Amino acid sequence: MIMDQVSVFVENKPGALSEITGALAEAGIDLKAFTVADTSEFGILRFLSDAPKKALALLKMAGWVASLTPVVAVKMSDEPGSLAKVLKLFAEADVQVEYMYAFVAQEEGQAYVVFRVADPDGAVALLESSGAITVASIAK
Amino acid sequence: MGYYQEQIETMGRDEMSALQSERLVKQVQHVYKNVAPYRKKMEDLGVEPGDIKGIEDIEKLPFTTKDDLKDAYPYGFLALPLKDCVRIQSTSGTTGKRVVAFYTLHDIDVWEDGCARAIAAAGGTNEDVCHVCYGYGLFTGGPGLNGGSHKVGCLTLPMSSGNTERQLTFMTDLEATILCCTPSYAAFLGESAHKEGLTDKLKLKAGIFGAEAWSEEMRRDIEKALGLKAYDIYGLTEICGPGVSFECEEQTGMHVCEDHFFPEIIDPSTGAQQPLNTKGELVFSCITKEAFPLLRYRTRDITMLTQDPCSCGRTLTKMRRLMGRTDDMLIIRGVNVFPSQIEAVLVGQGYPANYLIVVDRVNHTDTFEVQVEMTDEMFSDEVKLIEKREAELLAGMKSMLGISPKVSLVAPRTITRSEGKAVRVIDKRKI
Repeated sequence: MIMDQVSVFVENKPGALSEITGALAEAGIDLKAFTVADTSEFGILRFLSDAPKKALALLKMAGWVASLTPVVAVKMSDEPGSLAKVLKLFAEADVQVEYMYAFVAQEEGQAYVVFRVADPDGAVALLESSGAITVASIAK
Repeated sequence: MGYYQEQIETMGRDEMSALQSERLVKQVQHVYKNVAPYRKKMEDLGVEPGDIKGIEDIEKLPFTTKDDLKDAYPYGFLALPLKDCVRIQSTSGTTGKRVVAFYTLHDIDVWEDGCARAIAAAGGTNEDVCHVCYGYGLFTGGPGLNGGSHKVGCLTLPMSSGNTERQLTFMTDLEATILCCTPSYAAFLGESAHKEGLTDKLKLKAGIFGAEAWSEEMRRDIEKALGLKAYDIYGLTEICGPGVSFECEEQTGMHVCEDHFFPEIIDPSTGAQQPLNTKGELVFSCITKEAFPLLRYRTRDITMLTQDPCSCGRTLTKMRRLMGRTDDMLIIRGVNVFPSQIEAVLVGQGYPANYLIVVDRVNHTDTFEVQVEMTDEMFSDEVKLIEKREAELLAGMKSMLGISPKVSLVAPRTITRSEGKAVRVIDKRKI
């Protein structure tokens, strides 16, 4: 499914991530998955949560630069070859993955992989038509 | 050490004043007749050429500012037909702040005399090899010292700037004895020579370093690294270029070529002329130039003038080391930088003007960082897009300024604001 990911600009300095996560915790926002892209100069915190719009509004109010990006979350069985299957589908359909990250699901033997692609709707349609893959919600 | 024009350089005060008076009276007539914007300024003040009877009347004349030159760009302050001009030089600034100066053969002669005096004062003779690695071209550094070196009769090495390895090769192979460049480049050359193990091969005895402010400590370091005596030189394109004033072996300030460029110190807020040995804004009047003869040009440089006797025997008024600026212009690696230029690049690329310029001097070389606050417009969840925007900003700044800053993206609201007004510049250099 397509989910709203919150991306936040993080300057490379101690305490920045702690400030952001602290603010989210205070508002009772549950992080489902996150990743930090880092360069030598700055980082981008990207996360999925149960309340992305609320999280975005809160961070912006607190002065952070943040945005919402639609990403594709794919549920797959936690076994060799699952990810390869999806990436092969993408490759054959010429879908370029800008970045991706994974996390283990609460259900036994399942994992989620989050993909950032230019056309999320197209990617979901592609995966669903292949039949082999469940594109599922992670927010419980 | 040596004089280039002893009679002028050691002239008695009364005689100098008489010479300046005669020249100023003539110059005011020339400017009034031929430079419309300045004539208008005089008319607005109710001053006529006849009111200027001697150098003591100079206070009656209106000032010329950089804005006046900008408004009249490019020909407004030109006092002669272009057919009488033979050269153009220009400041390193950008379109908004650029000054184009015009020269007749006589003007180049005056300018080169100033540089020749500087070289002679640094001990230069026709026995010397003078290595000029100021930039050549529109920048006045290279052409000015090149001309002065010819006049003194030095064997001149017109190296221009850049390519340090080649600089050191020529310097050692051809046994250069006098080096002309910016102080920070001199320091860099010293370090490079040391690294390459060439220090023992250097034959330098004197260095003539200008176009940026430098400290006494930096002078001693350069002298030690290159085994030479370092002399300061001052000038600006609006007046002619380097050689407006130059240092002698006493190293306590720069003798002004006041037979051509009459110096005054004013209170920058009231414009009132200040007595000798008082700090204020330096103002120059060109009393002999033909094509671009600015009168009472406000340099924005802060210093003081002195006529205390000098051990070198020169009677020319001395200006002390530069003590700052009255505007927000920064000189970074010899290049003039205005914060407004950084702002123009940011706004031009669609970003708000939230930035901070941080300048420092590390190993005698200026470091130049522009911190830019991240904004919604610049942000993306993709690293490569942010880096692309950062590269565009860097390219924009390089093309605007002529030098490259390090661009750092910082979190919003991290740039200090005091009383609602942001601090735009942090200059950590100790000069």
